[in-house]
Amino acid sequence: MDHHETPNADESGNRKLLPGSSSLSLLLIVFLAFSLLTLFSIVKGGMGEVADDAGGTRAYSPADFPDVDFDRKLLPEVEAAATSDPEGTYRVPPPPFSNEDIFPCSECHADMEVNHERRVLEDMHDDIVLNHGPKERWCFDCHNPDDRDYLRLANGTLIGFDESYKLCGQCHGTIYRDWREGIHGRREGYWNGAKSYLLCANCHDPHSPHFKAIEPLPPPVRPQYLRVAAEEVHDE
Amino acid sequence: MSEFDHERPVDRRSLLIGTGLTAMAAISATVAGASNQFIERLLRERFSELGPERKQQILDDLEREYSERYGRSVEVADTPPMDGVEFGYGLDLSRCVGCRRCVYACVHENNQSRNPQIHWIRVLRMEKEQGIELAESNAYYEPAEVPEPDAFYLPVACQQCRNPPCVKVCPVKATWQDADGIVVIDSDWCIGCRCCMSACPYGARHFNWTDPGIPAAEINPNTHYLGNRPRPKGVVEKCTFCIHRTRKGRYPACVEICPVGARKFGNLLDESSEMRYLLREKRVFVLKEELNTRPRFYYFYAT
Repeated sequence: MDHHETPNADESGNRKLLPGSSSLSLLLIVFLAFSLLTLFSIVKGGMGEVADDAGGTRAYSPADFPDVDFDRKLLPEVEAAATSDPEGTYRVPPPPFSNEDIFPCSECHADMEVNHERRVLEDMHDDIVLNHGPKERWCFDCHNPDDRDYLRLANGTLIGFDESYKLCGQCHGTIYRDWREGIHGRREGYWNGAKSYLLCANCHDPHSPHFKAIEPLPPPVRPQYLRVAAEEVHDE
Repeated sequence: MSEFDHERPVDRRSLLIGTGLTAMAAISATVAGASNQFIERLLRERFSELGPERKQQILDDLEREYSERYGRSVEVADTPPMDGVEFGYGLDLSRCVGCRRCVYACVHENNQSRNPQIHWIRVLRMEKEQGIELAESNAYYEPAEVPEPDAFYLPVACQQCRNPPCVKVCPVKATWQDADGIVVIDSDWCIGCRCCMSACPYGARHFNWTDPGIPAAEINPNTHYLGNRPRPKGVVEKCTFCIHRTRKGRYPACVEICPVGARKFGNLLDESSEMRYLLREKRVFVLKEELNTRPRFYYFYAT
C-alpha cells in the first residue's frame, strides 16, 4: 500500500493517487462541512427560523403585570365562614353597577312617569347599548316599571339586583344549573367549604352579554431563546 | 495506541489506587467545604420514611434556610393528604380564551424560576377547523386580543395520572403518587436524571438548569415540602395541584385567577362535588387516552 504523498507532487503523481486519497479527502471535506453545519445550527439553535416579531424571545415574570391581581384575597365573609362553618357558605359579591351613585334607581325614577315606548335613550343611560336580542327585548322585560329598585321575572315576581341570576336563568336554564353546581363561572375559596360565586352580571354585561375579548399575557420563551433571555435580564 | 502509553505504562493496580484516592480527596474536599445541613441532607433517609420529629427538624431547617436567603419568613409545611379525598380537575375548553392568566398566576404561586423561565402550564392554540391536533398547535401565539375567532385554546399542565409513566421510570423513587392522587416530587431526593421528563407524554415536567431566579420580593412564603418550596439547581419540578393550598381546602391558584371560570376542581370521591357533577353531566375527555395514563385532568365542552 503506497500512500505516500509528496508535497510537491507533479501532475502525473496526482493522477496516480486519484482513485484512493483524493476521493477520500473529498468525502472528508463533505463530511466536515455537514458536521460543521449541524454543529452551527445546534449552537445557533435555529434562531433564524423564528420571525423577530413572533414572540417568545423575552422572559416575563408575574411582576411585569401590575394590573393583574395575582394575590387574590377572598371575600371576608368567605374567610370568616371557612373557620366557623365547614359545610360551606356561598357568597356572592354585590352587583356591578356602572357607577356607585346610580343605585337606588328610585331616587330619580320614583317621581318620573313611566314611559313604555321603545326609543333611543337620551340624556340618561345613553351609555347602554342593547346587544342582547335587541329585536325581542326592551327595558321592561327585566326591569320592573313600577319600582325600579327591583327586577321582574316573567311570572311577575319581583327580585332584587342581587338575585339577578334568577332572571337570567329564565332563558339560560342549563347555564343557570351549571352555575348553581359550580361548573359555570369563577368560584373562589374552599373546594370543601365556603366559597364565593359571581353574579352573571359580574362577567356578562346584561345589556351586551358576550364576554369581551382581553389582551393575553405574553408567550413563554422559546427554548432557543432561553439563554438569550436570561442574559438580557442579567445585563439590565 | 500512542507512544505515550509505551513510555509510561499505567497498570490496573495503580490506576485503581489513583482513581480511588482522587475520589476520596474530592469527597472530603466537598464535605469539608459544604455546610452541615447539606451533608445531613445528603446522608439522611428519604423524607417520607422519617419520623415526625425528624421531619419537623428538616422543615425547620428549610424554613430557616429559605428565610435567610429571601430575607422574609418562609413557611414550609408537609400537610398530609386528607382522608377520603382524591383530587380531580376539569377544564372547560368552550370557555377558555387563552389569556395565560393561569400561566403567570402559577409562576407567582409556586415559586417557579422567572429567569431562566419555567412555566408549569402551557396554553396551546389550535385551529377550530382542525380540532385537537397537538402536533399543529402553537404555544407562542401573541395576538392583540383573545379569543381569536378561528382558534380555541388548550392549557396543558401535569395531568396527575393514575398510571403515571414518570413515577415508573424514576430510578431513585424521588417521585410518587400520594393518597389524594397528587404526583409529587421530593426535590431533596431527585438526582436530576430527567428520565421522568422524557417519560411524561404531556411535557409537564421541567428542569432547573440553574438555581431558580426568583427576586426575594416575589417569593411566595406559603410553601409545602413536596410542592412549591424553592427548588435547588438540578432537579425536576411540576404542577402539584397547588398542594400547599388544596390540602388545606383552598382551590388551586389557576382555578381562582381564571377570568372566565373555565377551571374546575374538586374531590372525585365526594358525590356532591363539582367534579362529580361535571363527570355526570358533561362529556369529558382526557389527553392521549390511548397511552393508558388515566389522567385525573378532564377536559370538557360545557355547551
